[in-house]
Formats: sequence, structure tokens, C-alpha cells
Amino acid sequence: MQQFDLPEYEFGFFDTGKPFYSTPKGLTEKTILDISAMKKEPLWMRERRLLAYKLFLAKSMPEWGGDLSRIKFEDIYYYVKPTDKQGRTWDDVPAEIKNTFDKIGIPEAEKKFLAGVGAQYDSEVVYHSISKMLEKKGVIFTDTDTALQKYPEMFQQYFGTVIPAGDNKFAALNSAVWSGGSFIYIPKGVRVDLPLQAYFRINARNMGQFERTLIIADEGSYVHYVEGCTAPIFTTDSLHSAVVEIIVKKNARVRYTTIQNWSKNVYNLVTKRMFVEEDGIGEWVDANLGSQITMKYPSIYLKGKRARGEILSLAFAGNGQHQDAGGKAIHMAPETSSSIISKSISKNGGRTSYRGLLKVHKGAIGSKSNVRCDALILDEESRSDTYPTMLIDEEEVTVGHEASVSKIGEEQLFYFQSRGIPQAQAETMIVNGFVEPIVKELPMEYAVELNRLVQLEMTGSVG
Amino acid sequence: MLVVKNLYASVENTEILHGFNITIKPGEIHAVMGPNGSGKTSLAMSLMGHPGYVIDPLQKPVFELGGVDMSHLPSEERAKAGLFVSFQNPVEVTGVSFLAFLRTAAKALRPDEKIPLSLFKEEVKRALYAVSLDESFMHRFLNEGFSGGERKRAEIVQLILLRPRIAILDEIDSGLDVDSLKLVAAAIAKNVQRNQTGILLITHYQRIMHFLKPTHVHILIDGKIKKSGGMELVRKVEKDGYAAI
Repeated sequence: MQQFDLPEYEFGFFDTGKPFYSTPKGLTEKTILDISAMKKEPLWMRERRLLAYKLFLAKSMPEWGGDLSRIKFEDIYYYVKPTDKQGRTWDDVPAEIKNTFDKIGIPEAEKKFLAGVGAQYDSEVVYHSISKMLEKKGVIFTDTDTALQKYPEMFQQYFGTVIPAGDNKFAALNSAVWSGGSFIYIPKGVRVDLPLQAYFRINARNMGQFERTLIIADEGSYVHYVEGCTAPIFTTDSLHSAVVEIIVKKNARVRYTTIQNWSKNVYNLVTKRMFVEEDGIGEWVDANLGSQITMKYPSIYLKGKRARGEILSLAFAGNGQHQDAGGKAIHMAPETSSSIISKSISKNGGRTSYRGLLKVHKGAIGSKSNVRCDALILDEESRSDTYPTMLIDEEEVTVGHEASVSKIGEEQLFYFQSRGIPQAQAETMIVNGFVEPIVKELPMEYAVELNRLVQLEMTGSVG
Repeated sequence: MLVVKNLYASVENTEILHGFNITIKPGEIHAVMGPNGSGKTSLAMSLMGHPGYVIDPLQKPVFELGGVDMSHLPSEERAKAGLFVSFQNPVEVTGVSFLAFLRTAAKALRPDEKIPLSLFKEEVKRALYAVSLDESFMHRFLNEGFSGGERKRAEIVQLILLRPRIAILDEIDSGLDVDSLKLVAAAIAKNVQRNQTGILLITHYQRIMHFLKPTHVHILIDGKIKKSGGMELVRKVEKDGYAAI
């Protein structure tokens, strides 16, 4: 283990062990065939991958959002297998990898407040466990590769139905080279009260991590899934490009919480989408603090009557970071409702953008939507932009949109200082207050963690 | 003891205070009365160190609290030395509870005093009760949605909990009904009695002084103390107005 002396990012260390297997640098058809062979996949999946690769080559880079011109697809390692086995207990996990997760605190968190944990290291999930009780109830929580082998029918029924490979260039890339991620099935009427958590760690240099997550919540079920992520600090860039597909059936509810804390050399380009059926509830809580560039707009397709969706987006951009985040709500049925709340903070030359879409299809009578985005800009060098799009094809709808941009006021700071609270601490408190509407939605442990990360962002770059 | 001499202060390059002098000993209550625009708020803000108020160093000002020169210290250091100001219009801060704010301030001012949160909450409850604020106020966001009177009372809650040596109260009486005014005056008087706090009571009106008897009265006109004395000055202003001073 090597510890870097970089106080502003505490997870910058990396494990120096050699991976068990890695495809050569760059991406060709051969890379995809190798990955598929390594995974002993069925033919249909190999064909899907090859088709997706063609789509990836054909599609152009997005011309909006962050500057992606520095991504060198030919320099990336697309598949890095850290070990030849997966652990069911932490003791089974190879020592160097386990050390990493110990430092991040995952095994401890599992003991305390989680119903299940998955831990992905580079391309593969190295640890997976779920509480015995949930397993008995028929809950499936496993890594996506295992799911393909063990539950082929369900897998084929849903895979790629929410986000087809051709959706965008990075969804196509993920569909071509995907590895790892979580597969979750919650049977009818089953409520999973404690969160399930997955942790994603990039360890290798110039690594591309392409996990694929698929969640199916059957009728009347409930699950809260939480993901966290970190990476070492390298001078070269890494790419994280995940695809997350979620199906929320009738009366079911899924909450998906992300606390993204990649190191500041990671491009984070993720496609996330939920289909919500009748009376279902889909919720994204999406906090982005790390990465160099993030482009991520969790989407909710409200397909059934009275389906509800909520997106809470939090972005913090420091020096050299661009958080292009937001959300999309698509109303496709009557009496559906959605709410998007975005809070962004930019500091030390950082840049945040809110990019949102609200679409109401013809016939979605009586739908309601409320969008609110607040930006806090902490200094003159930093920047924040808002790009809301509204496409409303139905007249009988209620739509609200509010946006605000603010700076921490001199009067607020002075008030704190007059009570003995120094400026830096006052700023941190004000920023934590600003993000409070999102933090309060998190389970206590994550709320504490998020406040701590905000504090680190606020103080780590002082001086 | 607070000693201020030769205080010349400006806002946006306009001099507002033209040589203000005052000495406040522990337990004394000094009322500073004056008409609109006489420099009352500028006095409070420049003493507390608001960045918009500049004290002129060329006038060789003296500004000491407990023998320590305050003039070069940032606001938080002045607060740590024991200076407090109650604001006329305290700001709202979303997401920061009144309790969290009080706790942070108390810790900043008295870092060595280790009070468990449960005990601190009890203290906050008592302070809220003293000015007739419901205990739920501690969980509300700082000043957010507080009425004018509630804000003033919340400032007094801070005075009670932070226990300053010198408290500058800037129009603490405005916007309070008679009942609240009595409560606020009683809370200030108790603080003076218990902690020997010195008070600089800035006000337009004599009303509060029926409940909080000043030991000294100063009439501030055009950035300077025009006259000092006792309650007879208050009565004179009441009768004939500032013009008669």
C-alpha cells in the first residue's frame, strides 16, 4: 500500500499488486471477444456486445456538457480482473484488496447497518453477501456476471430494455465491455428495510470501469440501494462509464442513492434510468463530489398511472472539476408526478451545470411536476449554469420551475464571525445548510459521511 | 472594561462617526440615544468589525476590551475577547439549526468548556424560556421565518448563552410589544447582575429604559456624543426632543 500525502482526497492510495488478468490496452473486437470468453458468456451476450461496439464506433461524442476531448479511448484498459475468485466472507478476499476496503470502511459498515454488500474492484466484483433472511425471502442481490449465469431467463428478459445500447455513445461502450455491477431482484411484496450497498473502487492506472446494474422491484416491493465509489490519484485519467437500469413495478418503490467521490482524475459518464409503473415510486438521490468531469442525469420514466418520481441532485465542483448533473422526468401516463431538486456548489474555479429535462407526453392528463435548482457560487473564479428543457405536450398539467443562484453573503459570514465562528467554519456550516434538504433524505450514516465530505471539500483546499 | 476613544468610522468612504468616546465598566448599562442617522448602527457595526465599516487609524483611536487592543482583530477574535452585538436585522441561514449555531458559537468562544449536548440543550431551553420562545425554536433554521420580535428575542437567547463581557444591543427594543419588551429587559438585567456584563444599549426610544435602568445615558448626534448624564437626559428628550439637547 502506498499513501499519498494529499489531504484533500483521502482515498488516493493504491494497491500495488498485479491483477490476475487484464486485456491489453485499447479497444478492438478482440478485446470484446476476450472479455466475453473470460466470462464464459452465452452466445447472445457476446453478439450483443459486438453489436454495441459497432454502435459505439458509429456514435459521435456528445457536443454538450463537459470537455471530453482528452479521453483517449486507445489508452484505456477495458477489463482488469483483480483476482480469480469472489469472496462470500471478507476473509476470502485477497489481503491487498481487503486492505483497501478496510481503509474505506466497507466491512465495518456492512456489520453495522446494511442488509447486503457488493464490492467491485476494477472490473470484477470481489465480494458479495446478502443477509440470510433476505435470501430466504427470494431476494436476489448478486453481481451482474453471476446473475447472467444463474438467472439467464430473467436476465435476458430485462437486460438492455431500459437503456438500449444505442441510447448514447457511452451507453454503447458500456454495453460492449460491461463487467460487474449489481443485479437485484425483489420479489412481490417484499420490503428490504436496510439498504443494500455496492462499493466501486478503481485501482488500476488508465482503467475503464464499466459496471452494469440492473434492478427489478416486483409489485409492491421496496428496496433502497446505495452506491459509493473512490479511486487512487494518478497523473493519467481513468474512465468510469456505468449503465444502471431499474424497473419499478406496480406499487413498488425503489430508492437509488449515490455518493460519488471519485478522485479528480476520473471521467464519470454514467447513464441511469428508471421505468416506473402504475402507483410505483422511483427516487434518485445523486450526490457528486468527486471526479474531473461528471455527466450524469438520472432519469425517471413515469409509465403507469399515478407513478411518482423524485430526483435529488447534489453537485460540488472544486478546482479543475466540472459537474454536469441534473435529471430527467418523463411523464407518459395520467396523474403522474415528479419532483427534481438540484443543489450545486462551485468553489476554487470549479464549474457546475444543471441540465434537466421535463417532458410531458400527450395524454398524461393531470400530471404534476416541480423543478427547483439552486446554485451556490463561493468565489469569483467559479461558475454555475442552468440548462433546463421543458417539453410539454399536454395542457392539463401543473408545472413549476424555480431557480436561484446565490453567493454566501457578507452579512451571513459577519453574523457567524460576530459569534466567534471563523470564516472558514462559517462557510462550511452555510454550505452544509444549503445541502441539508438533500442530506436529510439520506440514512444517518451516509448523511454524516456526506457532511464530512462537504467539510473536506471546503477545508481541504484552503491555502 | 471597554474603552473607546477617538473613534472615527466611515461607510463607503463617508465618515459617520466623528470622534466617539465611551468607557463601560463591568455591570454598567450605558444607553446611547440618538435620532435617525446619528450613527448608532455604525457604532455597533464598527466596534464588532463589520467589513463595510472602516475605523480611521490616523485619528489614533483607542479600542480596548479588558486591556486588549481590539482594533486590529477580526470579528471572531473580538467575540472571543468578550464582545457581543445584537443585530437589528439578523440574517436568515437555511439548513443551519439555531441549536447547531449556538453550539458552534459556544464551542468557539469557550473551547475548553466541555458541555455534553444534552446539558447544552437544557441551557438553550432555559434561555428560550426566559424570553418566552418555545423550545421548538432550537430546531428551526437560524432566524428563518422568525417574526421581527422573535428575531430580537433570539438575539437575547444568544446573549444569555454566550455570556459576553460587553454587549452592544442595537435597537433591541424596536418591533417588540410591551410584554416582550419587559421579558427582554428582564433577561438583560439578569445577565448584567449575574455576569457583570457591561451593556451598550443603542436605542431610539426611552420605552425600554422604564424596564432596564441605565447607569449612564449618552445622546449621540451627528456621530458624536453631544451630552452625557443620567435618566434626566432621557426625560428631557422625551419632553423636548433631540433638538433641545
